[in-house]
Amino acid sequence: MKIGIIVFPGSNCDKDIHHVLRNVLHVDTDLLWHRRDNLQGYGAIVLPGGFAYGDRLRAGVIAAFSPVMKEVKRLANEGTPILGVCNGFQILVESGLLPGALMKNNSLKFICRWTNITVESNRTPFTHALKPKQQLRIPVANQEGRYYADPKTIETLENNNQIVFKYHNDDPNGSINGIAGISNEQGNVVGMMPHPERASESILSPFGSDDAVLIFKSLLSYLDEQR
Amino acid sequence: MSLTQEELVYLKNELKRQPNEVELSIVEAEWSEHCSYKSSKPFLKLLPTQGKRVLVGPGYDAGVLDVGNGYVITVHIESHNHPSAVEPYGGAATGVGGVIRDILSMGTRPIAVLDALRFGNIEKDSHARWLFKHVVRGIADYGNCIGIPTVGGEVEFDSSFENYCLVDVASVGIGKTEDIITTNADREDYVVLAGGSTGRDGIHGASFASKALEAENRSAVQIPDPFLEKLLIEATIDAINVKCVKAVKDLGGGGLSCCLSETADKVRKGIEVDIAKMHVREHGMTPAELMISESQERMLYIADKAHLEQLISILNKYEISYSIIGKVQDHGNLVVKYNSNLVATMPASLVANAPLANRNAKRPRYIDELATVKKPSQPSDLNTILLKMLSNPTIASKRWVYQQYDHEVGVRTVVKPGHAGASVLKLDNGKFLAIKLDGNCKHCYLDPYYGSMGCFAEACRNVINVGAEPIGMVDHLQFGNPEDPEIFWAFTEALKGVSDYSKAMNIPCVGGKVSFYNESNKGPIKPSPVIGVLGLIDDMSWIRTSMVREDDTLFIIGSTKDEMGGSEYYEYIHGIVGGNVPKVDPVYDSRIMQTVLNLIGNKLVNAAHDCSKGGLAVTVAEMCILGNVGAKIDLSKVPNECSRKDELLFSESHSRFILSIEKDKISKVTSMLEDSSVPYGIIGKVQGNSIIFSKNSSVVDISIDKAEDAWVNMIEELVEHG
Repeated sequence: MKIGIIVFPGSNCDKDIHHVLRNVLHVDTDLLWHRRDNLQGYGAIVLPGGFAYGDRLRAGVIAAFSPVMKEVKRLANEGTPILGVCNGFQILVESGLLPGALMKNNSLKFICRWTNITVESNRTPFTHALKPKQQLRIPVANQEGRYYADPKTIETLENNNQIVFKYHNDDPNGSINGIAGISNEQGNVVGMMPHPERASESILSPFGSDDAVLIFKSLLSYLDEQR
Repeated sequence: MSLTQEELVYLKNELKRQPNEVELSIVEAEWSEHCSYKSSKPFLKLLPTQGKRVLVGPGYDAGVLDVGNGYVITVHIESHNHPSAVEPYGGAATGVGGVIRDILSMGTRPIAVLDALRFGNIEKDSHARWLFKHVVRGIADYGNCIGIPTVGGEVEFDSSFENYCLVDVASVGIGKTEDIITTNADREDYVVLAGGSTGRDGIHGASFASKALEAENRSAVQIPDPFLEKLLIEATIDAINVKCVKAVKDLGGGGLSCCLSETADKVRKGIEVDIAKMHVREHGMTPAELMISESQERMLYIADKAHLEQLISILNKYEISYSIIGKVQDHGNLVVKYNSNLVATMPASLVANAPLANRNAKRPRYIDELATVKKPSQPSDLNTILLKMLSNPTIASKRWVYQQYDHEVGVRTVVKPGHAGASVLKLDNGKFLAIKLDGNCKHCYLDPYYGSMGCFAEACRNVINVGAEPIGMVDHLQFGNPEDPEIFWAFTEALKGVSDYSKAMNIPCVGGKVSFYNESNKGPIKPSPVIGVLGLIDDMSWIRTSMVREDDTLFIIGSTKDEMGGSEYYEYIHGIVGGNVPKVDPVYDSRIMQTVLNLIGNKLVNAAHDCSKGGLAVTVAEMCILGNVGAKIDLSKVPNECSRKDELLFSESHSRFILSIEKDKISKVTSMLEDSSVPYGIIGKVQGNSIIFSKNSSVVDISIDKAEDAWVNMIEELVEHG
């Protein structure tokens, strides 16, 4: 089963995720330009980080109207695993596939540094091989990464087990309840602000860790089980 | 009009007629100091540019170094000083954009950005703080958006930059040897201008940068659009991959004038364009304005008839605007039409090669006057002094800066900013590239020769710290008005220092830039050469950071001398400008560096850090803070020619490293050091929670927490709350 990475104008982590899937995990993966309206044959879709359309108007809002997003929505409803990382998370929120909003960080600045997240829900395709409360060392790099939703939505997210990752005592964004990643109700659509593709090879980690490769490995074992 | 009387006469004689208004504008842009190097060109020949890895040296948009296995890296450095001093956000951002397009012009993908920044005293001067804050934001917003990591750099503060700033940006690219574009063109090939529309922003930018900054000229500053730059990067790489372009050239200083004349001159052809075909962002622009506008994010491509359609379809994919503005011809002239009207026609080689300016050089009196100064009395409380040194903005952690930069995008950044002397990037051929920029205006002011040689040596030490062998350098030489003989003397001395070291160390210069007229109403800046050194690491296991490990033994390599001139200790603590500047003996320096590299290559070293700004005391403190553990140092074990404890602690003598060595490797290290006969001392141990220096009795004793507090938070405190 192939994995598709959507490339929007201004995406800039597309090749990084491609590198991890192809060169580290040896999975058949394609980079897909956003103009296509057919995603047949792809078992999972990744919306990468970056600055789609230069973050104009608002991060992710223009990309949410890209031709390919209609097809992404169809796949989302069919239960296909879809992961949005950083700007990809923002696009998922702007397209209505995930609730809430990503606001400017408390520091009002772009922040690039390593932190820790804990796994809050392992019922998603991206976390099912992880243990609840398992900690992952992973970096963030964003300016609009502060997750916000109204209290009722937050309550629903907590009750439905839709909060997938939380920052562990070190939230660079200032999110409500330290939220670093959420899923839709079904659990197949996940958005996260930290960058798993930057924490999947020990050589790139200041701690020699490759914790986040488990997120991609989870997906692969999930896809295997589906077959 | 910035052409001199002599230049005008020369132009008239060459053309054998009066130039018209448009022609004058074109020539004025291209013959500006910024574009033509008319003052510096004869001197730049001093720099050695050949080497076993050099495929393309200076003179192209970027230098090209062979890193093996069919791969090359490209490197270039530029500055955007004048624009940043007037409009720090846009000036700095467009500086990043410009140097990225130079890397692209060689047919390589940009993979990293570094920046060297200089500002006034941010502790006292709120304008300097404002410039600093917005320059960093400009670099961050641009670099982050285009997805090229800003992996390193340096920041220096000095009151000579009051009302001004220096913003130097270097970029590195990677590509396959076969994809390198060295520009060729044939008759009837198409000239395509793509990217941003042309407007009135940045009119006279090159001329603006070739005069002292007197009045704020905001219209000479360009407007950044990183999103468009990102599209241009991807489109250009696509075009290179399918080999549909014969030449790629970015539009920078001097706009279309420089781009066309330099391209035509390089391929020894002519170019004929109709500038009425350009896509513009405002109506009513005159031909002269169209030719010299420095609107950003524009690229010129040359494609033959067979490949034009392929190029156009790539530009269409990315929805990039373009205009087919003309064709290559054999006549060697730059011919500019506006619709059917001929508005300019001149030999491209005439436009591209300004007559050289003869500058006089005179040794300034202050050099000898400041060479000797009365030594300050030694402070009794050196604890406070070390803490003050650590919080000195020039020395303090630059975390506030580099955390605003996405330094990890591209999944190549193996050694990240703040962890070691240099940043290390993973290359596509399995090797690793180390890179560092260094400058020291305080040393260079007092002694431009040894000062600039020292910057070069420091950058070399920094790449050696991480286990890399230096393979090439780029230089950016920044001074005031070259028409002032004393300033020009400093330039010639600095260049000699750089070229002498380059020859002695066999590290070729692969590119560079000279920037003059760096003056504000407060006068000229201190001479500020910035040297970038690239190093190659073959084996991942050689990579080292500055992080010490508990129970390690600390060695110092090299001798500490009474060389306090231009030191942070003299200037920041005592307010003394003067004294003898640290000298470099390239033979001795080379021996020290080779020895350290051998030790690292033999896997005998846990961490390495050189001594530079702030001296031994600051180096040890930084290593301890990074390792989050203390150290106990016996100063009497430090090889030295000093008479005082403060000199031992804070002298900035070159050719020194601190190495953190595991217990069972001490004897092996010692015997290798004895064999290479370099001065060294086993000075102490990594242990406890305090940084302790003693010499018979205690000299300094501060807790790690206090040191970290002083070092880590100062810049953020000043900028956010100052």
